Amino acid sequence: MARAFQKIYTKITQITKATCSVRATHVGYDEMAIVDGRLAQVIKIVGDEVSLQVFRGTEGIPTNAEVIFLGKAPTLKVGEQLAGRFFNAYGEPIDGGPVPEGEEREIGGPSVNPVRRDQPSELIATGIPGIDLNNTLVTGQKIPFFTDPDQPFNQVMATVALRAQADKIILGGMGMTNDDYLYFKNTFSNAGALDRIISFMNTTEDPAVERLLVPDMVLTAAEYFAVDKNEKVLVLLSDMTSYADALAIVSNRMDQIPSKDSMPGSLYSDLAKIYEKAAQFPTGGSITIIAVTTLSGGDITHAVPDNTGYITEGQLFLRRDTDVGKVIIDPFRSLSRLKQLVQGIKTREDHPQVMNAAVRLYADAANAKTKLENGFDLTEYDQRALAFAKEYSRSILAIDVNLDTTEMLDRTWRLFATYFKPEEVNVKKELVDKYWKN
Amino acid sequence: MPTKGIVKGIISNLVIVEVDNPVSQNEIAYIDLNGNKLMAEVIKVIEKNVYVQVFENTRNLMVGASVEFTGHMLEVVLGPGLLERNLDGLQNDLDKMDGIFLKRGQYTYPLDEDKLWNFVPIAQIGEKVTAGSWLGEVDENFQPHKIMVPFVLTGEYTVKSIVSAGKYTIHKVIAVVEDEEGKETEITMVQKWPVKIPVTTYREKLRPFKLLETGVRIIDTLNPIVEGGTGFIPGAFGTGKTVLQHAISRQAEADIVVIAACGERANEVVEIFTEFPELIDPHTGRKLMERTIIVANTSNMPVAAREASVYTAMTIGEYYRAMGLKVLLMADSTSRWAQALREMSNRLEELPGPDAFPMDLSAIISNFYGRAGHVILNNGQEASITFIGTVSPAGGNLKEPVTENTKKVARCFYALEQDRADKKRYPAINPIESYSKYLEYPEFEEYVSTRISPDWIEKVNELKTRLLRGKEIAEQINILGDDGVPVDYHVIYWKSELIDFCLLQQNSFDPVDAVTPIERQKYIVDMVVEICRTEFEFDNFNQVSDYFKKMINMCIQMNYCEFHSEEFNDYRKKLDELVKSKALETVEE
Repeated sequence: MARAFQKIYTKITQITKATCSVRATHVGYDEMAIVDGRLAQVIKIVGDEVSLQVFRGTEGIPTNAEVIFLGKAPTLKVGEQLAGRFFNAYGEPIDGGPVPEGEEREIGGPSVNPVRRDQPSELIATGIPGIDLNNTLVTGQKIPFFTDPDQPFNQVMATVALRAQADKIILGGMGMTNDDYLYFKNTFSNAGALDRIISFMNTTEDPAVERLLVPDMVLTAAEYFAVDKNEKVLVLLSDMTSYADALAIVSNRMDQIPSKDSMPGSLYSDLAKIYEKAAQFPTGGSITIIAVTTLSGGDITHAVPDNTGYITEGQLFLRRDTDVGKVIIDPFRSLSRLKQLVQGIKTREDHPQVMNAAVRLYADAANAKTKLENGFDLTEYDQRALAFAKEYSRSILAIDVNLDTTEMLDRTWRLFATYFKPEEVNVKKELVDKYWKN
Repeated sequence: MPTKGIVKGIISNLVIVEVDNPVSQNEIAYIDLNGNKLMAEVIKVIEKNVYVQVFENTRNLMVGASVEFTGHMLEVVLGPGLLERNLDGLQNDLDKMDGIFLKRGQYTYPLDEDKLWNFVPIAQIGEKVTAGSWLGEVDENFQPHKIMVPFVLTGEYTVKSIVSAGKYTIHKVIAVVEDEEGKETEITMVQKWPVKIPVTTYREKLRPFKLLETGVRIIDTLNPIVEGGTGFIPGAFGTGKTVLQHAISRQAEADIVVIAACGERANEVVEIFTEFPELIDPHTGRKLMERTIIVANTSNMPVAAREASVYTAMTIGEYYRAMGLKVLLMADSTSRWAQALREMSNRLEELPGPDAFPMDLSAIISNFYGRAGHVILNNGQEASITFIGTVSPAGGNLKEPVTENTKKVARCFYALEQDRADKKRYPAINPIESYSKYLEYPEFEEYVSTRISPDWIEKVNELKTRLLRGKEIAEQINILGDDGVPVDYHVIYWKSELIDFCLLQQNSFDPVDAVTPIERQKYIVDMVVEICRTEFEFDNFNQVSDYFKKMINMCIQMNYCEFHSEEFNDYRKKLDELVKSKALETVEE
């Protein structure tokens, strides 16, 4: 890493928990440095006073510590050798293997020119009807799981990743527990998919601020495979709430005025910079991002899920349905904004109407349930709606169902015929004539 | 001699520059970064220190870099050839840029400099002209694009010479004008204008009154927007803001549509790029893209340029309005613009207002909405800019600064509601809380009574009252239970559901249902009002819901059929029979 004529500075003027300032000249904004042997990055320059964010924290740094500027922004060496490897937040191997060779690229690079993107149009089949039927995913999409920490989101994400037929799966762990990290590693290994996996990991055991580097590392690798190699890349980011927490720590140390929920005012832009890396490229390559945003008590009005919702193309909600005792993809609060690009086009023509009708009837059941809870008598229709909802939840919404899309549609039509009359379903007549299961 | 400076400090995209000569507030400067010029705007001056916001990423910038000031504010280039362009927030032509990724310091000219335009003179030699006067016109995508006296010229001028009809490029001098002192000015087809200053080359601004048809029933019928009017759409994510905005920009009866994608998703812009060149303008039969200009500053593009993008779009709109055209400007979303202001205010360490937004947010929003309007140009022609902005309230809570400040200035309010979206009742505009102030304008009432029908406003108000009554009863039923209220109440409730399902809900992905021309809206309103005015008799509430569900299903099937097609008329016949079967007596109109 050492350069010729590298300047070493020793005049540290200020130290806080996560940052320190040093008198130095000829330093570039965003440049990396080593402070007392720890990696740091320039976050503010005023005159000859340079403020650095020390990723590992400033514990024990003396005022006469050596500060070496590296003359470049953080970089990653990209190449085929990345495949199958596990790295830390700095892009250093943690699997005992050699340092991969490749072209050195700055992470956090520029955005894609919007006119150079293609419209996403390729369906990602996961076999889970709660996703494929109601919230169909498309390559080039960005979508998070909104979930309470106790839901099995990592399991669902691993299932989706393995069934998605991606050329590369790049996992970015931010504040992930070591157990979950090993779960991913084992699941992918058991599925024989290790050669398609690349992982950049910051676990709960690592310093929080380090995880700010993870998404950019992941996405620099993703862009290499998607743009240079025209591959279909699936990026998994877990957990973006921990990432935002780290942003808040840094912004707080920089004396910035916090906005909603103590988050920095730039949270929207910070998150958008990451999620917007998802793209379908005209040459066939794509980056699809599936992330996790953990909620606190299902509260989606908190600044992190709220800003995320405005950025991502929908969200998937996990919820335990106590009526059937299974974890389901909540059809009310989940949404895939790109679904209409494939529903009824890449899937059977009745897909959009069947999906909407089923959710509407499920909503009728929810109303009936409220009535029941308030102690009112149920109508005969209410009874049927409730019975439908239970079966729909068990055989369509539950995350342990695995079907192809046509089977999902047929199964839903069967449920309609079991519990309803055609005119109660409000589907276009020609579709009813063609698909109604007597 | 342009003013020069040296970089003294860098805090993200806020750069402190030391200067030795005068600079002005909002002046544009270029910072040299190893040969790349980074565009920046002056936002604060303290003695020798000038604070500039850089429209690009400042990575690797060092103290000591040289800065050159340009002597002018952020300007846009106005001339023929803006239509069909995909521009960024600083008016660079995105299609002209090389490579997949946006490069720092790459600025591209928004017009085609070599294209020959077929110029036809309008003004005569010796004619007195002022800023905005029409000198001639060229044909831009079948629109008469007026070549005007530049907006920056003040006072009265005399046309000294004008070229004859023929093909010219945009930089060719097409006319020479002379001011009162005899000073001559050469005029080409291109002019520049600073985006933050409104173009006011018109005689007067009217109270808007002409319905601007959007084909969206819940807007046109219940909460109409007018030519030169202002409206806003607040809604939490997932309530269908973007789908609604796209529907309006596709279907609205405007000559020119400017779409400012301000800090939103890139894939949504891609959707416009992909679909608009294919889709047909329902009013002219030509490709939608031919009348559209896209100003795209998506959420991952530089934050400071996001603020500029809405002004760029507005100025382009004003340019086309000065030609006597009907312009529709859509901005998605104004909240992102406000957030960009907040980020910068925060870096400047200004004292924050509510939710850390800058204190002058309210003034900024109201000045911007004030630039829309229905005007009479100096030559007596009518023209308008209709502005519809979306607002993305944090946490879906409408009590936040951007929504509240917008509500003070916009005349139409389309409140998107989570509950309606959850129930898939799209467009999820809350029919009770939303409003259009234009319904109360006597000028508007007069206009629609001839354009649609004399009893239109009366029927619209009846529908609104019935919806409100239906909602009240729904709440009572929730508290008292189905059999806790009289059967009549169920009838009133289901009549409001009928209005909701047949009129308000609309499938924007169905080719027929997506656009409803006003004639068909009138048909539906007449039909629904007739049913609502009919008295029915039922024994119990179960009968009521069964009966109305059948009726609603027929109306929905009708909405999916071509207007007055055989199938459509069939459904109408069946519907009439169904109504008759339970009606006590039909109230004749």
